Amino acid sequence: MIDRVASGFHPFVIPFVAGMVFVLGYCFIGIFRILLQLPAEDRKRFFISLVTPKTILKNIRDIFCDCLFHVKLWKRNRLLGYMHSSIAFGWFMLIVLGHIEVILFLPHRIRLFYYPIFFNFFVAEADSTIQGSLLFFLMDFFLLIILSGIALAMYKRIRSRIFGMRRTARPSLMNRIGLYSLWAIFPLRLLAESFTAHISGGSFLTIPANWVFRQFLGNDLNLLPTWWAYSIVLDVFMVVLPFSRYMHIPAEMMLIPLRNAGIRVRNARKGFAKVQVLSCPNCGVCIDACPMSVDKANIKDCTVYLTRQLRRKNERRIEEISDKCLLCGKCEAVCQVGVEGPALRIQLRSERKYALSPDYSCIPDPPPAESAGEGKVLYYAGCMSRLVPSVGRSVESVFRKAGIAYEWIDRDGGVCCGRPMYLAGRLEEAEAIVRKNEAQILGYGVGTLVVSCPICYKMFKEKYDLPGIRIVHYIDYMQELLDAGRLKASRSDLCYVYHDPCELGRGMGIYEEPRRLLGRIAAITESPKNRNESICCGGSLGSLTLSFAKREKMTRAALENLYDGKADAIATACPLCLATFSRYADRPVRDIAEIVDAQTVGTITKTEAI
Amino acid sequence: MTDFGFKLSKSSAVELDKVDTTLFERLCEASPDARICMNCGSCGATCTAGPYSGMSLRKVLLGLQRGQDVRPLLSGCMLCGKCTMVCPRGINTRNLILNLCRIYD
Ligand code: SF4
Ligand code: SF4
Ligand code: SF4
Ligand code: SF4
Repeated sequence: MIDRVASGFHPFVIPFVAGMVFVLGYCFIGIFRILLQLPAEDRKRFFISLVTPKTILKNIRDIFCDCLFHVKLWKRNRLLGYMHSSIAFGWFMLIVLGHIEVILFLPHRIRLFYYPIFFNFFVAEADSTIQGSLLFFLMDFFLLIILSGIALAMYKRIRSRIFGMRRTARPSLMNRIGLYSLWAIFPLRLLAESFTAHISGGSFLTIPANWVFRQFLGNDLNLLPTWWAYSIVLDVFMVVLPFSRYMHIPAEMMLIPLRNAGIRVRNARKGFAKVQVLSCPNCGVCIDACPMSVDKANIKDCTVYLTRQLRRKNERRIEEISDKCLLCGKCEAVCQVGVEGPALRIQLRSERKYALSPDYSCIPDPPPAESAGEGKVLYYAGCMSRLVPSVGRSVESVFRKAGIAYEWIDRDGGVCCGRPMYLAGRLEEAEAIVRKNEAQILGYGVGTLVVSCPICYKMFKEKYDLPGIRIVHYIDYMQELLDAGRLKASRSDLCYVYHDPCELGRGMGIYEEPRRLLGRIAAITESPKNRNESICCGGSLGSLTLSFAKREKMTRAALENLYDGKADAIATACPLCLATFSRYADRPVRDIAEIVDAQTVGTITKTEAI
Repeated sequence: MTDFGFKLSKSSAVELDKVDTTLFERLCEASPDARICMNCGSCGATCTAGPYSGMSLRKVLLGLQRGQDVRPLLSGCMLCGKCTMVCPRGINTRNLILNLCRIYD
């Protein structure tokens, strides 16, 4: 390989260089601003994580797996995974190989950063070496991989179904310019390198193409225009990048270290949230996942549109989108980037000003500790249980049979756990409810608090300060009672399909325990969408604006997923799911507590606490 | 005044012509549902805050139409959403309460 252009420069590189300088400058200023926006404590945490070997390794691994190989997409749909990783990894390899070529053959040019990109233009092949032809082969190989990815991307625009996606987000103007320039980059690169292949050398793609072109375009005049075109589309792509979804490429590389540093969303517009929003490539996977999307009118309220509107600062739409969502967390569970749709929305809701704030001084403080609770178990059924009293009754009956000494704190009505208030974005008001409840619970002086509602459970676990009290969901508690032999179970002859409640499954990561407990007393089958892809029952308190009538469609769609040929009945572990499903289901819906109660007898006669 | 051993209680009649219902009208703009309430009282019966602040959405809506101060009732609401689930008219009561808290002056 020898230098073909003595000066090492040709004007056609100018558009590329300009685009590159622009995009790098933009990103550096962006990183700087984001770091300034982070709360001081988070910033410190981030810097510390950048020098901690464990997080460094994790960052590198995550960047490779998520940004280049798109491992999560592969798991979703192989074709979709191939499409994204072929372009991302292929492009990465072209850049890396380009640098290797320059280092090997023209080491004095390595300071010119456009050399690796336009290498074939600047060299002439003097002699062919093994290294050289291997590199040329790899270059053509990865170019072919990328081109196959681009071909798939074009096909996806026409027919998204083969990628397992029923609906995709409509691209905006900037996104379309970005998309078309991205599509054009690699065919133009192939053309440019093919026209040059008789000078620079090439491999299995470029040499035959060069031979074909020379048959009817027999002179070198075509060489320059294609290199110009290649450089110009690169420039267009880089100039629209910050204003299009392709911003996700640099943003995700920032998001991964921030997330690995343990930073959380505290403000929906700045800092970490901003990086999340920029990291969304508008892939649209969250549209099909979202339970609201059964109604076409709601598609524009999915998380992909939230990130888009946040970038456009369209306040009216931001408010609509953040208020409608059920906060079921499914978009977050399927998102390959890790955009926290629900957390962003709660923060957006919390920006709202209310003229009237609640005042809970009307709730009396608990009577002085009677110490009656010592050694007992406290049961908190949650306010929803007033609508489905059978859950509380079943838990109580199980306690009695197992001989557990218990107190039922809200048998005659009590205070809400505060999570519905929290979900509505009224964070301080929720805090006030939490403090009221803490005082009430601590007043009993118990060591164990059993709850039956996953919504309460999540709130208790995450937001309550109850020193010395173990908080358990009855699922775990009943399992323990069975293990300890305090209950004897018989098997039901019904077959149940288990519905994962959002707050218990995605919310608290409890998927196996309910299945284990239910499996001891009945046969279970699985629905097509289960565990972290379970479909919200539609009753969620997360949504502020969805009307009762609109929710019906979602409930029916969720039920449709549960109607399995084998299942005689539906089992769940959330009073809200129970109430919502019972309204429309064509078969019985039961809370696991009710099933356990029906299938067990006590083995202990003396009442005591464990 | 001479003490006769009894007194007349204040009239509880509501003079609808004199009542200021602007707040109710503003609420109806934000939540048109407010008009379709049929005062069944289901919301009050399930209300978590009822035992503490006397909250009942039925009373709040009636109170607003009578120009009364409903803040003491309303301030106990914990947004638990049970009233929404039981309302036979399908009113999105929770959103209605939030809207009311937003415009109350
Ligand atoms: S939020 Fe996640 S799933 Fe939805 S479009 Fe963005 S990246 Fe895709
Ligand atoms: S949290 Fe659930 S309802 Fe809300 S956008 Fe995500 S998937 Fe849809
Ligand atoms: S949301 Fe408020 S008004 Fe409705 S039941 Fe709950 S506490 Fe009562
Ligand atoms: S339940 Fe609905 S219809 Fe009945 S009083 Fe309450 S708001 Fe009105």
